[in-house]
Amino acid sequence: MTDIAALTGDGPIRHRQGDAAAARVRRRYRAEARFKAYGIAALVVTTVFLVVLLADILVKGMPAFTQHSVTLSVPVPAEGFGDRSVSAIRGADYFPITRDALKAAIPGIESRSGERTLTRLLSTGAPDVLRDRLVANPSLIGTTVQVPLLLSDDADLYFKGVGTRIDSRAARGTATPSGTTGEITIESTAGDFGADLATVRKAIAQQVLRLTAEADRAQSSGATDAVARVAALREEIATLRTRLDDPKSQEELDSKAPSLLVAINDGLVKITKLSDTAVSGDVLLPLSSADPAGAGAWRVVTYLTPESNRKVTDQDVAFLERFKDLGAVHRDFNWLFFSSGDSREPELAGIRGALVGTALTLLVTLALCVPIGVLAAVYLEEFASKNNLTALIEVNINNLAAVPSIVFGLLGLAVFLNFFALPRSAPLVGGLVLALLVLPTIIIAARAALKAVPPSIKEAALGVGASHQQAVFHHVLPLAMPGIMTGTIIGMAHALGETAPLLMIGMIAFIVDVPAGLTDAATVLPVQIYLWSDLPEVAFQAKTAATIIVLLLFLFVMNGMAIWLRKKFERRW
Amino acid sequence: MDMPVLSTMRSDLATRLKPEAEAKIVARDVNVFYGDKHALKSVSVDVPDRSVMAFIGPSGCGKSTFLRCINRMNDTIPICRVTGKIEIDKQDIYDPSLDVVQLRARVGMVFQKPNPFPKSIFENVAYGPRIHGLASSKGELEQIVMSSLEKAGLDKEVRDRLHDSGTSLSGGQQQRLCIARAIAVNPEIILMDEPCSALDPIATARIEELMEELKENFTIVIVTHSMQQAARVSQRTAFFHLGILVEEGSTDQVFTNPKDKRTQDYITGRFG
Repeated sequence: MTDIAALTGDGPIRHRQGDAAAARVRRRYRAEARFKAYGIAALVVTTVFLVVLLADILVKGMPAFTQHSVTLSVPVPAEGFGDRSVSAIRGADYFPITRDALKAAIPGIESRSGERTLTRLLSTGAPDVLRDRLVANPSLIGTTVQVPLLLSDDADLYFKGVGTRIDSRAARGTATPSGTTGEITIESTAGDFGADLATVRKAIAQQVLRLTAEADRAQSSGATDAVARVAALREEIATLRTRLDDPKSQEELDSKAPSLLVAINDGLVKITKLSDTAVSGDVLLPLSSADPAGAGAWRVVTYLTPESNRKVTDQDVAFLERFKDLGAVHRDFNWLFFSSGDSREPELAGIRGALVGTALTLLVTLALCVPIGVLAAVYLEEFASKNNLTALIEVNINNLAAVPSIVFGLLGLAVFLNFFALPRSAPLVGGLVLALLVLPTIIIAARAALKAVPPSIKEAALGVGASHQQAVFHHVLPLAMPGIMTGTIIGMAHALGETAPLLMIGMIAFIVDVPAGLTDAATVLPVQIYLWSDLPEVAFQAKTAATIIVLLLFLFVMNGMAIWLRKKFERRW
Repeated sequence: MDMPVLSTMRSDLATRLKPEAEAKIVARDVNVFYGDKHALKSVSVDVPDRSVMAFIGPSGCGKSTFLRCINRMNDTIPICRVTGKIEIDKQDIYDPSLDVVQLRARVGMVFQKPNPFPKSIFENVAYGPRIHGLASSKGELEQIVMSSLEKAGLDKEVRDRLHDSGTSLSGGQQQRLCIARAIAVNPEIILMDEPCSALDPIATARIEELMEELKENFTIVIVTHSMQQAARVSQRTAFFHLGILVEEGSTDQVFTNPKDKRTQDYITGRFG
């Protein structure tokens, strides 16, 4: 027996009292508080990064979910549709029909270039709606149809705010245009353009200063081509100085400065030459008359972004603003994004092909992975004898889970394409490769789930006379199923986001058609993202982000499903 | 493969006679090894038919190991090796031609911790009869389930909730459910491995009462840490110590007049 009295003396108990003990307690509290602070800081940093990432993707991607179209009355001519059979209607030339509708909407555009600009505003796929409508109802031929015509990507982006800001101010004097189309001059009774002229001159003065500095630098640098360079610069400076020195000179406007326009008599004139009281320029939208316009009846308009810095020209902007004023422009949900395959035209490109390709690929992966993975796990965990061979297999399965995915792609290329001669770019091969990739994950997850089932359940089954196999398949496997399903879904989510191995087997090709079967050429969402992120068109940036949103939604749904399944089928014992 | 026809040896419960002290289980020179560890050393014991025999002894003495030899549950442990001979009704249960699944149907087992399947109460009991094909119709299966629950004294408590989960019952009820599950396949022997160690005294008393009733029809072997329990429920007691069967005899004799010093020390609480 231990002597309890000995413990209560001034022996080992003393560590609970005194200043040292209090200091120790304080130190412990401080350490705990510090640890908590580290945790919160880590959490805050992670959250901020995540929020910034998601917000960036959302802001970039959301515009792609809507699309602008211009609704016009399109007179459909009675001729040009052959025998009016479906194939004849499908094969008809719709370009002149939509072009005429556009010209009717903005009358007075006679020049070839104006016409070209106008038709360029529409997507090449714009007549599709009209075509579908005529196919569905051939009796519309010969009548006038109200049709929403899809705008081109640049026009669409202009309405989404990637264009220019527009300033406009009412003019003070009375303006007299010299004509209604072509190149005209407008004279104002008041110095309406003085401020603009001053701005232009100030810009020129700054330019002179900049060039002078550059010339000095070039001179002192003593490089071989310095002499020629300095001479060229000096010449340019001299020209600019002459312009500045002549107070009454007209200034020519170029595309590097904000565009100045005059809105007068229902028309729009782009100023090319500017002086105090008179301007001359090109008519972008025809004037209704050459009558003088009084103070307040005409306006000076500025497109603040210089023309050279934007995709839409002043003429484009003029047309688009006119359509907007007519109330013909609509912003609708972009169904095309979900219903069409890839395209070189950003406004026509959709993710249907990639979605179907992803679904087919994952289907193949799932069909292969789950039975093979689960049965392999059951065998290894429950039936295999523990010897060196199974130990080797185990180590290799764990190693396979860590192999870079591109290696699986190379394997797929060598085995499935080159040896078995399966079709390239096919979901079948993609599914096979991803199955190889995901199998180790599923086997490991399934084994962990099987191991987590308490042995008492198996013993109970064996105790009532179930065979080993019956005990495993009637009791252990069903109880492990939630864990196996969770592991499977996580593995599938991993496969869903995988790009590298699919590049190796050719799923990176530009594929317009939506795949109809397992051996059709297809692509998948992450590869589509990769493809689009590489394209120069601005509109594809939004499409890329939008596809990322769709992919993330898929991942969230899959992970949510995994959590839900686990919660629903989790049993306690 | 020709299996010994066990069913002919399995006499029906109702027609079974009750001769006194006929050995149901005969073990001779049983040794068990876990890898290099010699867990059970040359154990020989007779278990009489339709009575309760208790195995007592300190932890790690081999009593559970021996119990698990009787229905060959040790087969599931890969490193475990058994030598010697165990006969049930004069048939060697380690005979290679004997089907271990059939054996376990004859020798039911109740475990230390109640381990009902996480399924309904009905399914818990019905599982055994179903895999052994004991019922030819749904009605017959229901009858087996109800009579098993009745024999386990659980029928009144669960009659209205047969389709609730077996894990929703209290610990004592769960253990009686496990007994009902064992009875349902109509065994001859029931092995109980510390069946009351996870239960409160009231639930323990119920199980003990139940054992009293069950021994009319079944041979029961119980492993227990509670000497009072052994004294209350068993007719014969065997004391194990360090893998050796130290003493075996009628319960009265072992508790009142132990022949071995170690037995005496154990039952008087000197060690263990």
